[in-house]
Parts: sequence; C-alpha cells; structure tokens
Amino acid sequence: MIELYVLLGLMIAGAVIAIEVKNLLSAVVAVGIIGLALSIIFLLLKAPDVALTQIVVEIVAVILLIRATLHREIAQKSYGTRPFGAFMGILFLGLAVVAAIVTFNDLSPFGAPLMTISEFYPLNAVTGTGAINVVSSIILDYRAYDTLGEATVLFTAVIGVLAVMRSPGKKNEEDLQENHE
Amino acid sequence: MSKEHDPGMTVIVKTVTRLTVGLILLYGIYIILHGHLTPGGGFAGGVIIALAFINLDLAFGGSVSARIFSKASTGVVEALGAVMFLTLALLGMKYGGFFDNFLYNDGNPGQLVSAGIIPLENIAISLKVGAGLFGIFLTLIILQKFESEKK
Repeated sequence: MIELYVLLGLMIAGAVIAIEVKNLLSAVVAVGIIGLALSIIFLLLKAPDVALTQIVVEIVAVILLIRATLHREIAQKSYGTRPFGAFMGILFLGLAVVAAIVTFNDLSPFGAPLMTISEFYPLNAVTGTGAINVVSSIILDYRAYDTLGEATVLFTAVIGVLAVMRSPGKKNEEDLQENHE
Repeated sequence: MSKEHDPGMTVIVKTVTRLTVGLILLYGIYIILHGHLTPGGGFAGGVIIALAFINLDLAFGGSVSARIFSKASTGVVEALGAVMFLTLALLGMKYGGFFDNFLYNDGNPGQLVSAGIIPLENIAISLKVGAGLFGIFLTLIILQKFESEKK
C-alpha cells in the first residue's frame, strides 16, 4: 500500500506545481505527472484496461495542451487577494470533507461484501458472450448502452471542435492586429 | 538544411519516428483486434493509432499526415465508425434486442475469432475515436498555422 501513498503524494505535488508555476509548458508537464501517476495506480489496483486507456488519453491530452499553449502568449492576470473568496473556499472545502467523512462511515469497508451484484459477470461472461476479457464483454455487451452514450459524447465533442475552430475567427484577427499596433 | 525549408524536428527525431511509427500503428491494431482477449479495446487502440499519426505530424511538420489522411476524411471515417456501431446495435433487433450479440456461437472463447460482435464493435469504436481525436488535432494545428502566418 505504501507505493499508492507515494503516488498519491506525487499527484498532489503535480497539481500544486501546475497551479503555482508561471511557465505554461511547465504547468502542462506537471499535469502530465498527475496522469502518469494515476495510470500506475490503476495498474497497481489490477485494472489494466483502465490504465491503458488513461495513459494513452493522457498523452493525447498533454500533446494537445502543449500545441495549444506553447506558441501562444496568454496574458497571466493576477487578481489581488480576495479574503471573502478565500474564506468561502475554505468553508465549502470543510463542508465537503465533513460530508465525505459521514458518507464514507456509512459505506461498508473497501471490498468487504465481495461482489454481491457484480459476481454475475465473472461467472457468466465467458459462456454468455465468448469474450475472455470480462471488461470488454461488459462494456460492449451487457452495458453497450453506456458505450453508445460515451461514443455520442465524443462525437458531440468532435463536432463542437470542428464547428467552432473550422475557420479562423474574426475576433482573433482583430486581436492580432491590436497586438501589432 | 535550413530551418525554413525543413519543417519539423531534428534528423534524430525524424529517423527514430520513421523506424517506430509503423510499430506504434501495429500495436494499436493489435490492441483493437485483441480487445476481447487482452486488456485494451477499441478506445485505447483508436487513441494509439491517432497517436501514430500525431507522431508523424510532430516530427515532420504539420502537413505530412494531412496528405495521408486529410481533415475531410477524418470526418468521413469517424461518421463511418459511428454508423457501423449503430448498425451492429440495430442488427441485434432482428435476433432479440438492441445490442443483442447475434454471433456469439461462432468460435471458441480465447480464439481471435470469437465473442460474436464484440471485436466488430471494437473496430467501429476505434475508427470513431482515432479519427475523431486526429481530426481535433489537425483542426488545432491548422488554426495555429494561420495565426503564426498572420504574425
């Protein structure tokens, strides 16, 4: 279990660095650390399907972020200290922690009733679908509706990006001219 | 070789990319086709194939993979994947219901040709995901090129 805590600490450190560092490229690299550590955690918790998907999607996301931020001067606005905002943030964070403690006390211990509902799938997936990868048989056979929804989400995202960015907007042009002047 | 006439990265990166991009593509195809046997599946495999093309773009400059796989064709391939997935789902209606696995008696569990429509669904999802992500990447590159030309 100790390696899990090391990786969790690494993720928290990466998140803090990503927020605090001034250079955008360094921030994107720090975000990449979070994704890599999360992938290794999935692997340690014996979920290789999720780990594989996590690492490849993380690579694509980091590449896209680097391409989107590297050559672009994004003005870093610094807001002054806002005591009311900070107070409300801490208050809601504390409320969330209290709610989480109450909720987790009501849950049964991790893995304690070992698979009361989901034991149907390991027992019947191979004979029912013929796929020896049970995860694959669940996401593409028993729960294929969910996969259809996920595919729809991705389709909508791609359509959105292609529609918004298919031709360079006029606003960008004006901004660039202002920068020249 | 001056930098203006030779876009992309250094010779080292180009050589390594030339050697490895086929292996990355092959690994993606393996992950897709063995999605019902080993960890992985259509989503991860499609992203790996998109990454192979993105790798080409990053190493050789923006327009190399666009010649192989243009922005218009990414839209067509993505729509093809979506239509294939929905067609498989609707074909199940004939045998029992939406997403019914109507081929599952063909082949023994553990073989490559088994598990009925699950490998076909994996292929459909991989087309969708790979083409979709690569289309997003191409769109961002084209926008950035325009901006840098304006500068």
